[in-house]
Amino acid sequence: MLNNSPFVRKPASVQMVMLKVLAALLPGIAVYVWVFGIAVLVQIAIASITALVAEATMLSIRKKPLRMFLFDGSALVTAWLIALTLPSIAPWWLTVLGVLIAIVIAKHLYGGLGQNPFNPAMVAFCALIVAYPQLMSQWPAAGFTDAAAELQAIFGARHLDAVVMATPLDALRTALHTPEAHATVSGVFGSNAAFGNIGGKGWEWIALGYLIGGLWLVQQRVVTWHVPAAFLGTLGLAALLANLVSPDHYAGPLFHLLTGGAMLGAFFIATDPVSGSTTARGKLIFAAGLAFLTWIIRVFGAYPDGIAFATLLMNICVPLIDMYTQPPVFGYKGRDAGGRP
Amino acid sequence: MLRQLFSFNGGVKPAYNKEQSNQMPIAVAPVPAELVIPLHQSVGGTPRPLVQAGEHVKKGQLIGDPDGFVSSSVHASTSGLVKAVEPRLMPHTSGLSALCVVIEPDGKDEWGEISPMPWRDMEPDDVRDVLRDSGVVGLGGAVFPSYLKVNPGKQGHLDTLVINGAECEPFITCDDMQMRERGETIVRGAAILRDLTKATRVLIGIEDNKPEAITAMKAAVTTTGESRIEIVPVPTRYPAGGAKQLIRVLTGIEVPHGKRSTDYGVQCFNTGTAYAIYEALELGRPLISRIVTVAGNVETARNYEVRIGTPMREVVALSKAKPDTDRIVMGGPMMGFAMPADTVPVVKATNCILVGSPTLFPPPPPEMPCIRCGECARACPTDLQPFEMYWFSRAKIFGKAQEYNLFDCIECGCCAFVCPSRIPLVDYYRFAKSEIWAREKEKESADVARKRYEYRIDREEREKQEKAAKLAAKAAETKAKLAAAGAADENKALIAAAVARAQEQKDRG
Amino acid sequence: MLEALLVMALGSVILGGALGFAAVKFRVEGDPLVEKIDAILPQTQCGQCGFPGCKPYAEAIAKGEADINCCPPGGEDGIRKLADLLGREFKPLSGEHGIEKPKSTAVIDENICIGCTLCIQACPVDAIVGAAKQMHTVVASLCTGCELCLEPCPVDCIDMKPIPENVESWKWKFPVFAIQSRKAA
Ligand code: SF4
Ligand code: SF4
Ligand code: SF4
Ligand code: SF4
Repeated sequence: MLNNSPFVRKPASVQMVMLKVLAALLPGIAVYVWVFGIAVLVQIAIASITALVAEATMLSIRKKPLRMFLFDGSALVTAWLIALTLPSIAPWWLTVLGVLIAIVIAKHLYGGLGQNPFNPAMVAFCALIVAYPQLMSQWPAAGFTDAAAELQAIFGARHLDAVVMATPLDALRTALHTPEAHATVSGVFGSNAAFGNIGGKGWEWIALGYLIGGLWLVQQRVVTWHVPAAFLGTLGLAALLANLVSPDHYAGPLFHLLTGGAMLGAFFIATDPVSGSTTARGKLIFAAGLAFLTWIIRVFGAYPDGIAFATLLMNICVPLIDMYTQPPVFGYKGRDAGGRP
Repeated sequence: MLRQLFSFNGGVKPAYNKEQSNQMPIAVAPVPAELVIPLHQSVGGTPRPLVQAGEHVKKGQLIGDPDGFVSSSVHASTSGLVKAVEPRLMPHTSGLSALCVVIEPDGKDEWGEISPMPWRDMEPDDVRDVLRDSGVVGLGGAVFPSYLKVNPGKQGHLDTLVINGAECEPFITCDDMQMRERGETIVRGAAILRDLTKATRVLIGIEDNKPEAITAMKAAVTTTGESRIEIVPVPTRYPAGGAKQLIRVLTGIEVPHGKRSTDYGVQCFNTGTAYAIYEALELGRPLISRIVTVAGNVETARNYEVRIGTPMREVVALSKAKPDTDRIVMGGPMMGFAMPADTVPVVKATNCILVGSPTLFPPPPPEMPCIRCGECARACPTDLQPFEMYWFSRAKIFGKAQEYNLFDCIECGCCAFVCPSRIPLVDYYRFAKSEIWAREKEKESADVARKRYEYRIDREEREKQEKAAKLAAKAAETKAKLAAAGAADENKALIAAAVARAQEQKDRG
Repeated sequence: MLEALLVMALGSVILGGALGFAAVKFRVEGDPLVEKIDAILPQTQCGQCGFPGCKPYAEAIAKGEADINCCPPGGEDGIRKLADLLGREFKPLSGEHGIEKPKSTAVIDENICIGCTLCIQACPVDAIVGAAKQMHTVVASLCTGCELCLEPCPVDCIDMKPIPENVESWKWKFPVFAIQSRKAA
């Protein structure tokens, strides 16, 4: 039996969408390598291989067509996001564990592609940071690009104490949360080598890389402007207001926007279509809520970055948001239901 | 003067492929060896056949009488002998048959009696009757009987009469060519419609990818000297030719699903319909032929004027289908329907016979799960949430699908066109809609059955009571009789006893 | 003290009166659950469920005296709807009451019919027209396909004919496209 109309289709595919997302990550990754060395590439490789193996295994267990799903690219996107959010010198098994949690539990146990209510990469991140808080907050110092040492750290031969340091977000929060230190934002900036001019040293440039890739995604219509705009806008606004009230205790908007996972989150995490809101207004609400929770967790919470937890929290709200933000159907908008202009 | 245009959300830009078939003038397709004219060609009731096998019919003779309020006449499209009135394969995806009048042409192609209608002096209702008896239906593909649409609405006149020459479906050029070659007749038909609906203005919307048609139509308006008719080029974007979308583009008015557009002071007719209305009223000719585009996998794509009932195969043969042809589609690639065979006849709804091949219309790659990317919602001209409707249709939770306005969907196919997961979304909507309709029908007949059953029970009850009452009455009567009879006996006995006593006393005494 | 008692008594009388009035005024006609169940049943009135019609079966279900899977004309679909309505588990049609058949209507062979009116008396929805000693016909649009008229006919002239699908009643099928088998990978 032949198919029914429409008989013509746009040459679009899930694979193409996912490949574009991966391509958009490349500028950020390039800067990452430049700042922190090639370790992240090794992590991406580990994560990708694990993801494909896990995906293939789960697909055959669930008796799904392998060829169709294995190369749809969705597993790779998840894997890359995990590799990019974990510290680049994390031991290899941490990455493997993270990817397994994401693919096996957060994705396939919920029904596979398109069915997962939570962002798989963020589920993995949350699980790891709860289970291994220590390992999850050890980053190489910016400019540390000794490939051999990094590889040794990843594969467990050596501990990199000398060059390990907390991320700027972590350092700032820890300092501000320690009452005896009487720290101020500017004080921390000046005294800690992890900080650059605006955000964390090196982090600013990585964020810029993500921003460029993200803008390309918007231009390619893979993601709409709603999520990044609402996310960055809300995060910036929250930081700005707090900073105006008390500049000593709250870092400014630029710091928040260019540090940690903000850019990655705005363009690559919050825009995950499967677990996010689908209506235009819903996307604005979703991303704004996400950004606000992120800021709250960053400033008042116990974990270095809040995006992962905020994402999961907002994922729960998605059905509700979608329900209340249905756009009016053709003919039902306007003043009288007849929709005169 | 630049008219302010509005726009609708969504829409897509498929490859238009119109140059294929608009290079050559319209040709008249020859009369085939056999005409198969289905009785059911329009929305509404199936007309009753008026002829029998063996009868001779003239061209234009009424052969199917409209049945019910919404229905339209059917006419013989040439003169000849009625070979049979029997079920034949219909131009319908189902592959089912329905009653058709099969005519063997006699080659004379003789008109029956036809005469122009003095429609200007007739009552509006009578003009509508003429249109119904002429079998004029919407020729854009919807085939809704036109006589029902020719009315000025509640307020007694229309603000805007929209004539739809947008023709947004890829490959199809029948309206384009008709406007280029027969623009004057279309404009005259539009003027008739303007007068019948008492419209203040007539806007003829044509997509701006048809510059020749726009020029021709503008010239036609000038030559005919008709007033209050304006040709409006509209931006090319599928489905700008959807009636509701075009009304929106030209007037800004959005007609909701299930509402009459006349309630908003607008009405929309296809250019081909305007042409047919002119022919019906000014020349008295019923609708027996139409312009059909033959395009796709053929040597020479072209437009033909085809008699209704001509087997599609014969029309396609004029354009020479290429050898790898694997399907015949009625309509365009976005909304057309695959035909069960190439022998099915051309009907009033056939604006295009699209010849397909595996290379032209490759089979869709396997369906992936929906990733909720929202592409479909952005493409939907009706502002629906296609993926939600898909989800519930697929799960057969039809009530929910309806809550997401399933029945506002115009099945334009934009959503399926853009879906990266290549889900045949429209198939799910068609499935859900027909299931819902079937259920509604079932529910209706169940309600009828319940009422009739309850009525019968009541009646039986009443009859029983009546019977019982009658019986009781009878019983009482007999009892009374019996009682009467008994009393008589008693008397007798008493008398006898008295007599006996008397006798005794006599004996003693 | 006495006053308070009086006020209370008066209050309760008024309240009681209002309640009583409301009960009379807004009395729910019949049993809503039975109505709801009856609305799902197909109204074929065939009695295959073991009750003399759909309504009695609905009443029995409402009272918990009958299971939800005894109505063959309603089929799986009907059972599913009943299960939804009553919050019970779905179960397949119980075989003892019959099987789900395609919807049919009765057709009387008018050449054989002797006009005995027995079928007319049997038809629960008065779908057969005709008078004594005149041939009878089934009004197809009213016939529910209950088959109750078959039995009483002395000359066996009634047949059940499945309703043919036509272009209008044809339904689009659930879209199934061959998903590539795993072997293809
Ligand atoms: S376009 Fe396809 S994949 Fe995307 S939301 Fe719509 S149905 Fe789902
Ligand atoms: S087919 Fe229906 S849902 Fe899809 S785009 Fe068209 S109107 Fe919207
Ligand atoms: S079996 Fe079904 S249709 Fe027949 S009487 Fe019982 S409930 Fe009604
Ligand atoms: S005609 Fe026969 S089958 Fe039809 S409803 Fe009446 S008794 Fe039942």
